[in-house]
Amino acid sequence: MPSPEEIKQRIEASIEGARAEVEDYTGGGDHFHATVTATAFEGCSRLEQHRLVYDVFDGEIGGAIHALSLTTQTP
Amino acid sequence: MSSADRTVRDLPMMDGEPDQGVAASPDDSASASASAIREAIREAIAENKVILFMKGTPEAPACGFSARTVAALQALDTPFAAVDVLPDPRIRQELSAISNWPTIPQLFANGELVGGCDIVTEMYESGELAEVLA
Repeated sequence: MPSPEEIKQRIEASIEGARAEVEDYTGGGDHFHATVTATAFEGCSRLEQHRLVYDVFDGEIGGAIHALSLTTQTP
Repeated sequence: MSSADRTVRDLPMMDGEPDQGVAASPDDSASASASAIREAIREAIAENKVILFMKGTPEAPACGFSARTVAALQALDTPFAAVDVLPDPRIRQELSAISNWPTIPQLFANGELVGGCDIVTEMYESGELAEVLA
């Protein structure tokens, strides 16, 4: 199971200009909340912004990452 | 007040094997069922103005995210249909294939994905949800 640091790094590596803050909010290692700020989100609906982040973890959501809750925003 | 809720507990097709021709092998019938489920999900989305795919039921949500999403709908007193994805893992699989969205719950309005718990909660707080569901 990934750490918050790993999740943060993967988001920042995959989304142009992104800054992510990730916390493990249950302490159990598989429920995360990420706040992602990225210029790449400009002009995107919330759905599109969240999809961009979920796409980074294609296939892992619901598995190794049991829950990834998101807040996305532009700078 | 939940008199306006209507719970779709079983998608049509989930009550038995669909009669869709002869299944030549277990593999054939498995894929026939998967596409029958996909079709049933599509129909449910098309036929219900507001429909929530969730874990558990509105009366007894099985997860916090689903519970929060139900709470937003109930706060707006919106009639909605609900489908519990827990009884069959294929529901979630086929739903995600249709919506291109990996998590549960998923709220659809007027045939389109509105979003999951995070988006629905944000939209509820901003007043946008009331507009979309009107």
